[in-house]
Amino acid sequence: MKFLCLPCDEVMTFAERQLPGDGTLSAVFACPGCGREMAMLANPMETQLVSSMGVQIGGRGVPEQPLEGTRRGMVAGRADAFEEAPEPSAVAPEASAMASAPGTAAAAPSWSPEAVERLHRVPSFVRGMVKRIYADYCRERAIPTITPEVMDRARTDLGLEGM
Amino acid sequence: MSASDGPRRLRGYHEVTHDTGSGVLEQVVAQRERLRRRLADVGCLVAVASGKGGVGKSAVTANLAALLADMGLATGAVDADLNGPSLGRMLGAAGATLRVDGDGVHPAVGNAGARVVSMDFLQDGDAPLRWRGPGGDDFVWRGVAETGTLREFLGDVAWGALDYLLVDVPPGTDRIQRLLELVPSPQLTLLVTTPSEAARQVVARSARLLREAAVPRVGLVVNMAAFHPAGEEPRPLFAADAAARLAADTGLEIWAEIPFDPELAALTDAGVAYALARPEAPAARALHALAVRVAGLQDR
Repeated sequence: MKFLCLPCDEVMTFAERQLPGDGTLSAVFACPGCGREMAMLANPMETQLVSSMGVQIGGRGVPEQPLEGTRRGMVAGRADAFEEAPEPSAVAPEASAMASAPGTAAAAPSWSPEAVERLHRVPSFVRGMVKRIYADYCRERAIPTITPEVMDRARTDLGLEGM
Repeated sequence: MSASDGPRRLRGYHEVTHDTGSGVLEQVVAQRERLRRRLADVGCLVAVASGKGGVGKSAVTANLAALLADMGLATGAVDADLNGPSLGRMLGAAGATLRVDGDGVHPAVGNAGARVVSMDFLQDGDAPLRWRGPGGDDFVWRGVAETGTLREFLGDVAWGALDYLLVDVPPGTDRIQRLLELVPSPQLTLLVTTPSEAARQVVARSARLLREAAVPRVGLVVNMAAFHPAGEEPRPLFAADAAARLAADTGLEIWAEIPFDPELAALTDAGVAYALARPEAPAARALHALAVRVAGLQDR
């Protein structure tokens, strides 16, 4: 899908994505010529169709996790379907919350106790994947500590609705 | 615009070549590349399909995987039947937990060391496969989601280097087409049929689809080809041998004729590799001969 600014005859470029949380998607495109912006509003079915392709309009904020589309999309996933190996560069949430090492946050973000508690409310079928996604999100943005506020921001940026 | 200018002409999609920055195309390309890289480690991808349901595709796949693995060949099996998964259980890996690390999701290990991934491992109890999404009209995106899962089973699973990767394709010629969209040229496609006329008609459609898609090597496996009661001569299970007609009509070679054996179903259902457990049974011998022939593809 492309958008053309007719007065300028220029292709509009992606500027911003928002997920209001109701299953819809808003994506802003702007004309590089005149600066005019337009918002593409996708209804829940259209949003789901794009999501089912395993792609995100505006690009992915973090690398795709294995079986991410399946795990994100499935209802009634088995609680003990996956055993997540600890990330080599990451610290277990419980341990890191208690003793995060200063100066190593960019490689291994620590988890605040509130973030750990919130992570444990995520269904276990996707918990390991969600944990990796938050850690990747913080690592790529040099955010030292994962807090509920950071999780909220990541959810919006990455489209982690329902997680 | 004056009337003499005529209707305004808008540029078409392909005339606009500038990057929109939405990143969608790049993501699709990345998905394809991940799949290509993973399958580069697979020596021979074998699709076990039919088009017809109930002909024994999964039992053939499970036994073939166990036999190939037992020959010392690194073998994996993908259960592409997302809505009726059974391959994990048939390969003796029911209830397996899949380990996840930076390389991907690791397959379960089943009979004789065959690696397997099945939706059965992911689903809770007897829950049917359902997807998150808006209610109604889910037919619009459900096929896209399921194709995505099959792509992830093939490309996101840390199969390691494999000599053989078998794909158990569910009933429906559309499901064969779905696999071909991801893997256009399997090194071998086995079409499983029975001597029944109903199976012949459906499998003939699958054979035509494969021919039109120029899939290079296709063979027929005739399951339930005859019944061998102990101490008696084998006798046919079906009135007409529609399988022979299917082979003649399609020009496909019959790679195996597997006689009916109730124990094949019973043991395979219980997660036992029938062909290894009852090697002298006629059906096991036919499966073994099939495995030897499939293993011979490696030498070509």
